[in-house]
Amino acid sequence: MGKMVAKTGNEAMAEAMRQINPDVVAAYPITPATEVVQIFSTYVADGLVQTEFIAVESEHSAMSACLGAVATGARTMTSTASQGLALMGEMLYIASGLRLPIVMAEVNRALSAPINIHCDHSDTMGARDSGWIQIYSENAQEAYDNLIQGVRIAEECLLPTMVMADGFIISHGMESMEILEDKEVQDFVGEYNPSSTLINSEKPITMGALDFTDYYFEHRRSLAQAMIEAKEKIIKISQEYSHLSKRKYQLFEKYMLDDAEIAIVVIGSTAGTAKVVINELREKKIKAGLLKIRVFRPFPGEELKEALANIPVIAVLDRADSLSTMGGPLFIEIKSSLYGLEKQPQVVNYIYGLGGRDINLHHLREIYQDLQSLLKTGKVTSLVKYLGVRE
Amino acid sequence: MSTLPKWHELPVGGLILEAGSARDYKTGGWRSIKPIYNQEKCINCLNCWIHCPDSSIMVKESKVTGIDYDYCKGCGICAKVCPPKVAAISMIEEGR
Amino acid sequence: MASLKELSKRVDLLSGGHRACAGCTEPMAVRQILLAANAPLVISSATGCLEVTTTIFPYTAWKCSFFHSAFENSAATISGIETGYKALVKKGKIKEQGYKFIGFGGDGGTYDIGFQSLSGAMERGHDILYVCLDNGAYMNTGIQRSSATPKGAHTTTSPAGKIIPGKKEFRKDLTSIMVAHNIPYVAQAAPSNWKDLTTKVEKALSIKGPTFINVLVPCRLGWGFAPETAIEIGEEAVDCSYWPLFEVEDGNWKLTYRPKEKKPLVDWLKKQVRFKHLFKGNQQEILTQLQEDIDKNWERLLKKCGEETKA
Repeated sequence: MGKMVAKTGNEAMAEAMRQINPDVVAAYPITPATEVVQIFSTYVADGLVQTEFIAVESEHSAMSACLGAVATGARTMTSTASQGLALMGEMLYIASGLRLPIVMAEVNRALSAPINIHCDHSDTMGARDSGWIQIYSENAQEAYDNLIQGVRIAEECLLPTMVMADGFIISHGMESMEILEDKEVQDFVGEYNPSSTLINSEKPITMGALDFTDYYFEHRRSLAQAMIEAKEKIIKISQEYSHLSKRKYQLFEKYMLDDAEIAIVVIGSTAGTAKVVINELREKKIKAGLLKIRVFRPFPGEELKEALANIPVIAVLDRADSLSTMGGPLFIEIKSSLYGLEKQPQVVNYIYGLGGRDINLHHLREIYQDLQSLLKTGKVTSLVKYLGVRE
Repeated sequence: MSTLPKWHELPVGGLILEAGSARDYKTGGWRSIKPIYNQEKCINCLNCWIHCPDSSIMVKESKVTGIDYDYCKGCGICAKVCPPKVAAISMIEEGR
Repeated sequence: MASLKELSKRVDLLSGGHRACAGCTEPMAVRQILLAANAPLVISSATGCLEVTTTIFPYTAWKCSFFHSAFENSAATISGIETGYKALVKKGKIKEQGYKFIGFGGDGGTYDIGFQSLSGAMERGHDILYVCLDNGAYMNTGIQRSSATPKGAHTTTSPAGKIIPGKKEFRKDLTSIMVAHNIPYVAQAAPSNWKDLTTKVEKALSIKGPTFINVLVPCRLGWGFAPETAIEIGEEAVDCSYWPLFEVEDGNWKLTYRPKEKKPLVDWLKKQVRFKHLFKGNQQEILTQLQEDIDKNWERLLKKCGEETKA
């Protein structure tokens, strides 16, 4: 039986970690993720978990220690944000290349420079090529649920997995949410039983060997296949969790999308704000809808194409600017997924909320107004708009 | 066509599952000089064995049995560390 | 303190077939260390000659478990491995099997880029042995200077040129820095003295907590000497006090080998191509500085070890 509690996103993720009771956690503090490991440390100090906690001296060492630990067969987790994730840089690629199922609670925060501690998605978007499974959460409930699912997903796909929650907005925002019973979480995550570990005197292994030009490509093709096959596994695990929690989890969430004429595609907490505006518009019989991305890696292009194919006008909201000058990272991947449709939806991009710049109801109303004009005129006035910046 | 394994035939994550598989790579071909071991002169001090970088001094029950020419690179360290009064290893040109 | 006979009965955990240069003292040192360990092992290594030559897919020379991930994190990695093992034993998921954990790194991966992760791992008190394989430069990438490179040495990033005669700076005293971490055991050793090295490894592995051994591994390519003279070069480095052999147990310094006669540094420098420019033209000032530096450090060491500073 679930229990209703009041928790912030960080508290919710720490609670999930308590219930998961990983074997090892190696982490370094960084705002706004710090609380996750702070709270978890108190669980360790109070004996509420049997986790070995390594208070490493940098994020690079955090990921390095995680790699070492998980390679022994220990279930391993960590948490970070922004610069910390960036500092882990090379190690993220190494984790996926070595197919080690580390699970990370990542709290989205803008990358320097300038240094900024508030929410945007530049940190995890910057890591989108690293071979990690990436799952975004809309609120504390989802952050909690996703982190638990993340453990199963990582271990069954043998791909490291990061679960995101918006910095401050979710991480520090108090919500009422439901937590499962300890035993339900334990039963759901089960035991980590890798087929090869470093601790095996009968069959010692070498991990992290050098590849020359004769093997690297094959190893990377194998990694690509793992990411391709991850999609089905994520769907199945999410279904299983949906059944357990009575909350629905899929690759993405469709909100009033099926008959929508104007829709936005969005990641994270902004989806919640947008849903309020959609409800308003629907009251006025305006066919507004929303698609909220949950799984960004692997990118569910085929499914997105199907979901968005019949929507004439779409705005993709990016809380990160990949500086391609052709729009944000989500916009580019959505457009690429829609390529080849006989009837192309008109897709425009809004880059918003960088460095924690607030996005609220009137911004979303403005976007839907733009979409309504676009629907009428069919003429895109500007492909990429920076929304909310002073200009 | 390459006889090397296809991508789906390789262990996950670039793992090498066979310990000591380097034994399949015979570095003996690197030599330009090679050690000749004289068992009669040898006093089994094991000085050559403990200093060989390539694990190429073969030992059984604490006695030297010979040189493993599959891996010996001809560095000459064994001949050098053999006690001068014993001189059980000498280096000659490879191919002789 | 195992004898050669005893050591020879153990399994050689490094096989032939690795691609180290003929006469390389790194695999020599590693063989001695692994034999001395006499326990189930997990090894981590930084990127460098050791890792690159022993693990070229699909070949591995290691007959114990081995993990390499990146250049600057051997210490962080081995501390994660040690912790994972500890966690699994604690939870009863695996049996305590007496595993030992050894992290290797070159002077590049230890003095420089790996310094932070080494310091962190030592400070956290993990039950690990870290071995620095010090050949005085980033050898694997083609002989670039490190903070372990001796002053005056030619490397490709501190070349002996017309105006600047090699590396300008004295080397970092990493071994003392490790002693300052107040870890239970720190030592300096070299494979040219197998008995001293293996004794130290045994000792380090028998002590609970973080331990550190700095091992001098002469590099025939980077230093410029004939491969068969590798042991001589190592012995002479010790005899001229460039690389004294000592140990520090719980802060107590002890000299483990005292040369019968301290040899002049130049005799050792003359044998290596990387110093040959110091013997052309007028580089006497540098040679004098180098000898004075050695003498000063030797006196200091003798004092710390409670040894007589002979007249």
